[in-house]
Amino acid sequence: MTIATTDQHGALHKASVWLLATAAVTLAPHGMHLPSWLLIVCALLLIWRALALRRPLIAMPRSLPYRVAIILIALTAAAGVRYHFGHFFGKEPGVALLTLLLCLKQFETSSGRDIRVAVLLSFFLQLGLFLYNQTLPIALLAFGGTFLATITLLTLVVPTASTQRTLRTAAVLVLQALPFLLVLFLLFPRIPGPLWGLPADAHSGVSGLSDTMGPGSISALGLSDAVAFRAQFPGTPPPPGQRYWRGPVLSLFDGRAWRPATPAVAEHPSYTPSGPSFAYTLTLEPHNRRWLLGLEFPGGGVPRARYTSDYQILAERPVRARTRIELRAYPETAVGLYEDRDILNGARALPAQSNPRARELARTLTDPGMSDALIVARVIEHVRQLELTYTLRPPLMGSDAIDEFLFDHQRGFCEHFASAFVFLIRAAGVPARVVTGYQGGEINPVDGTLVVRQSDAHAWAEVWLPDEGWRRVDPTALAAPLRIESGLSAALPRGEPLPLMMRPAMAWLRELRHRWDALSNAWNQAVIGFDGERQRQFIERLGLSDPDWKTLAALLGGSIGVLMLVLYGWAFIQRRTEDPLDLAWVAFCTKLAHAGLVRLPWEGPMHYADRAADAHPASAAQVREIALRYARLRYGSKHDPAREDVRQLAQRIRKLNVK
Amino acid sequence: MKGIRKVREGIAGRLDRWLFRTRTRENAPIVLGQRRIFVLPTGAGLGFAGALLIMLVASINYNLSLGYGLVFLLTGVAVVSIVHAFRNLLNLSITPGRAEPIFAGETARFGFLVHNPRNADRPALRLRSYEAYTPFALQAYETADVTLHSRSSRRGWLQPGRLVLETRYPLGLIRAWSILTPDVRCLVFPAPESNPPPLPEGRSGSTGRHDRRSGDEDFAGLRAHQSADSPRHVAWKVVARGGPLLTKTFSGAEGGTLELTWDATSAELDTEARIARLTAWVIAAGNRDQPFSLRLPGAQIGADRGTPHVHDCLKQLALFGHDDRDH
Repeated sequence: MTIATTDQHGALHKASVWLLATAAVTLAPHGMHLPSWLLIVCALLLIWRALALRRPLIAMPRSLPYRVAIILIALTAAAGVRYHFGHFFGKEPGVALLTLLLCLKQFETSSGRDIRVAVLLSFFLQLGLFLYNQTLPIALLAFGGTFLATITLLTLVVPTASTQRTLRTAAVLVLQALPFLLVLFLLFPRIPGPLWGLPADAHSGVSGLSDTMGPGSISALGLSDAVAFRAQFPGTPPPPGQRYWRGPVLSLFDGRAWRPATPAVAEHPSYTPSGPSFAYTLTLEPHNRRWLLGLEFPGGGVPRARYTSDYQILAERPVRARTRIELRAYPETAVGLYEDRDILNGARALPAQSNPRARELARTLTDPGMSDALIVARVIEHVRQLELTYTLRPPLMGSDAIDEFLFDHQRGFCEHFASAFVFLIRAAGVPARVVTGYQGGEINPVDGTLVVRQSDAHAWAEVWLPDEGWRRVDPTALAAPLRIESGLSAALPRGEPLPLMMRPAMAWLRELRHRWDALSNAWNQAVIGFDGERQRQFIERLGLSDPDWKTLAALLGGSIGVLMLVLYGWAFIQRRTEDPLDLAWVAFCTKLAHAGLVRLPWEGPMHYADRAADAHPASAAQVREIALRYARLRYGSKHDPAREDVRQLAQRIRKLNVK
Repeated sequence: MKGIRKVREGIAGRLDRWLFRTRTRENAPIVLGQRRIFVLPTGAGLGFAGALLIMLVASINYNLSLGYGLVFLLTGVAVVSIVHAFRNLLNLSITPGRAEPIFAGETARFGFLVHNPRNADRPALRLRSYEAYTPFALQAYETADVTLHSRSSRRGWLQPGRLVLETRYPLGLIRAWSILTPDVRCLVFPAPESNPPPLPEGRSGSTGRHDRRSGDEDFAGLRAHQSADSPRHVAWKVVARGGPLLTKTFSGAEGGTLELTWDATSAELDTEARIARLTAWVIAAGNRDQPFSLRLPGAQIGADRGTPHVHDCLKQLALFGHDDRDH
């Protein structure tokens, strides 16, 4: 009984060590989003546990103070979570509490059941990690975590096996599971979620454009390297000057910030797409907004998309998962030839009092009776002559931001340029509005995808001219033409802080990033973006047109069945004994058995031969000779019988004919 | 309690025969083919499945592609572990060994030779009966002697009953098992009476040789009287002095042939008590190496001595009154 207990403790100790490793691998990436105090608490707990595990588990303190300490830590940390997040329910406090639970569970491994519970906890936390991050490195870490969890469970059952042996068994288990993973991943029906309402913070932490634009709101994105979306053009992509990805159109101005009016939404675009077109696939990162940021101007017929009267393309619901859409852009389409009078009036409106100097400037630039086109040309020319400076670090501006920008600092980012320009045009009585979105993008030389980052966020202007409709004017280009042609880093003056990757000295790093980006993109497209639609496409490519759920179920069931059969067959594989001497002897015994003489389990070769000789006197001499030779070869002094002798014996047995 | 257990075993046995196609009395060696290995999830396995289901629902709800991936990988591991558990039992062969006879109340030790014909080890095996289990493991091609203990309560043939060879390898999520009814039994001799009266005197044969240490009929002492003691051995002198009823004991007569008969035991005793007394006498006679014969109603063993003879007599006593169906 004592021995059994010691054995059990040995098993628990071993499993506890593996469990600790599982927890460490599972929790490490959570460090990216957990509050730092909780991170420190968890790290300390895990280190304490690691130190405790250097001694045998049986010597673990189980005293009252020890238990009280654990309970106190648990209660304090739980209170800390409540204080930090303000509530217990939701994604973030939930993950924080699970993390804490997994760390504390390390100290309670007095039975196999405890350890199994902790392993399940670590699975939940791996899943929790995917709420934040589904990149390739995280997937690899989760795979490692699963492997360690498998080892933990295995150690509980087979504590006596060597580490090497345990690792091998776990590797066999996980490798054999991979085909199941593949089949289930491809064929398990993908139900579009959510099944119920998500907690309010489910989609927090996504960055991107917002639907209001004040001074500094776009330059805040200028330093972010995060990918906003990717576009894959089967043909030649449009030139940089035409890469305007249209986001919210802002036509309401309150003197400081621009806001969108409420455009009408329709099933079809309100313009007639014309001119050369570019087909492309847009893969949009989730940004929790409805706009799809199509290249100007998207053609009609996109499934489950809406078109606004200000020429945006919208999704039905906020984009909360990476989304792929097939689009076609017609950059030279004329839009707004017959624009609504209310919209045009709205596009001339300005608040009564603000920015008097800018109003004055607009007045001096115009003469009575000038055409709108001429006014626009004059304002453009004037802005160009102002020689404004394009910078990511504009100075703070007060209540009359446009005045300060145009006359005092003369330094600003694209939102300042767009805002000031539209103000001037409106002040001159011509309809104009601000358009936000992204401009440009970088072609990844590795896979040819056009990658548009948050730092490509941009704001430009649209003016309405009677015979032209809405015409795009990019005031930033007036001051920094390189911004449009070559991107942000080329347009900014020397000495400006740039996103790390855009610095010229980082060319090699940029090269590396291109490769990594291409890999991430492939990962996102193939794995993360695999949804019901892609699944349907995949099955159609297998040759099954118009698959319904029955097809899917049959395909899934069939594939799993085949995999099970293969695995079942593997279970039967036994390496046959390869010794030719054994094979020869088995052949001999089989021959005699057919003649009615089954060798009894305890019978040696000589006894067996004697019995056979008695039963079949005609073959007596041969049988005895064979048995004798076999006994000599098998039990003789030579450790390794000569191959020639064995061959001869086998031949003799083949020729034997028992009568 | 015993009755309930018996009923339970009876029902379980019938259920096994119907469900798991077990036969009574299998011939050795019992080879575990695929038709007689069964797999079902353990409690831990059900918990694991429940956790996977929750994770799948969460993955659907939050649209987590990697969540699907994790759930499917773990599903794969669990499914693969079914086959591993099955494989861990497949083609094992079990040959029951001999079980040494014991006296009722002692623990029987059933030995089984379990052979692994595969070139791979078989960890975490367990041989289980209703009351006990023995964990063991096998190396490649190893044959191990696995002993299963079983407490005996009654004389006669003891059978370990329905045995289960099971494994939870590799992850404890799945239990694979096979039910065995090996043709093995252990002879349980009756428990000897703890304080038997002296051996009845021999009535046949010569006086025989004398014991070196004590003479024939040597007075050896007194002990408390038992109702079955012969009146001839009561220490009447003590009784006459007003003392308690005592029985005189003698260092036995070494020599002569003893006749141990059913009738020599007191008729007041019930059958089991009489058998217990005869057992004690057989052991005593055996220890003295004195020839003796045993006569039971319907059975007789001629006078002889030596271990095989003692064994035969004990067996006769063990099986007295049992029909021969068990033989």
